[in-house]
Amino acid sequence: MNKVVANVKEACEGLESGMTIMLGGFGLCGIPENCIAQMVNLGINDLTCISNNAGVDDFGLGFLLQGRQIKKMISSYVGENDEFERQMLSGELDVELIPQGTLAERCRATGAGIPAFYTPAGFGTEVAEGKETREFNGKMYVLEKAFEPDFAIVKAWKGDTQGNLIYKGTARNFNPMMASAGKITIAEVEELVAPGQLDPNQIHTPGIFVQRIFQGEKYEKRIEQRTVRIKG
Amino acid sequence: MALDKKGIAKRIAQELRDGWYVNLGIGIPTLIANYIPQGIEVEFQSENGILGMGPFPYDGEEDADLINAGKQTITALPGAVYFDSALSFAMIRGQHVQLTVLGAMEVSENGDIANWKIPGRMVKGMGGAMDLVASAENIIVAMMHTNKKGESKLLPNCTLPLTGVSCIKKVVTNLAVLDVLPEGGFKLIERAPGVSVDEIIAATSGKLLIEGEIPEMVIEE
Repeated sequence: MNKVVANVKEACEGLESGMTIMLGGFGLCGIPENCIAQMVNLGINDLTCISNNAGVDDFGLGFLLQGRQIKKMISSYVGENDEFERQMLSGELDVELIPQGTLAERCRATGAGIPAFYTPAGFGTEVAEGKETREFNGKMYVLEKAFEPDFAIVKAWKGDTQGNLIYKGTARNFNPMMASAGKITIAEVEELVAPGQLDPNQIHTPGIFVQRIFQGEKYEKRIEQRTVRIKG
Repeated sequence: MALDKKGIAKRIAQELRDGWYVNLGIGIPTLIANYIPQGIEVEFQSENGILGMGPFPYDGEEDADLINAGKQTITALPGAVYFDSALSFAMIRGQHVQLTVLGAMEVSENGDIANWKIPGRMVKGMGGAMDLVASAENIIVAMMHTNKKGESKLLPNCTLPLTGVSCIKKVVTNLAVLDVLPEGGFKLIERAPGVSVDEIIAATSGKLLIEGEIPEMVIEE
């Protein structure tokens, strides 16, 4: 089944103000750069964004924050972004912080048809406030629920026209679970190939989860913390 | 003399055992990878999705698609594997990782930890810390014994919002190695070289148990 759309503009059709959107990536690694740029162009706002991080001031989701397009961020860690901090402290931006493993599992549950699950993370902390807790085998757990996103936007290294995806290195992170979670999932890839060009044994996200796929025009792939060792 | 951050990392490295999978937090814990004892093999897990994490890349060989949980560029060792965040936390919550080392702002005498939020200050988030402390069998905290104001970070009860409850088993500070007892209390195991028991008593506000002679840590230069 052909999932290919012509370009980022076509891929992002139907994205509207007020929607809940999942975006893959960890830090700036594996983020859908092209779709984020298009969301800026579309000028949509009041967005609820589910993403592990919120980008930096001048890259990633930072672009959407600059234009005050985000109403609420659901993340596990949001440091490294001054504009984010300003909007959060002034109350312009609503922020829900959740443990990283819980965030990943809530995304996975969404795609897997599981409405809620128990996790030990956050028990006894403010994360568990107002949530059901329950004891299993002498240990306490917190009930966490799946999300209800309108769109999921992911970034992969290679994809074929069927929507099958392969990620590279640690750019995989949240992308596979989010891909499975969207009512509509948009995949942008560095390299789009014909069916049969990807080894079925090596595919990370089966195309059944992907509704739209396109090859991104360009990828800056900015490095957030460049750390090196000296030769010798 | 009290240990520096490297010294704390060197002492915790002595806790590593052959065949362990280990998750190191940001800060002092990251340094531990530099001091793996001779003759043992451990593999480092970074919760953003890699087992078999190697050292930083050489200049010019950085790969934007290869980072650790601190968002630093890294390398992958032969035999490394990448995976998604859900599988990563399955490893963590499922107790497949034998040791977690992380920093803390406060640890209480019943093993509670606070390390993610200071009320009134910008909250950056807990990242994977709550998942790690809720599940790991073996958690060591690496931290300074006192805060910048000189106040003890080993307390009867944490005053800051908690990251996890009754989960910390061992604390290694610039002054001492302490076990957190299941029934409550910090049991003094070792002193930093040249640090007296009295200095440790003065710097600890939680319940401290001292039995017999307390040996000095042996830290190789």
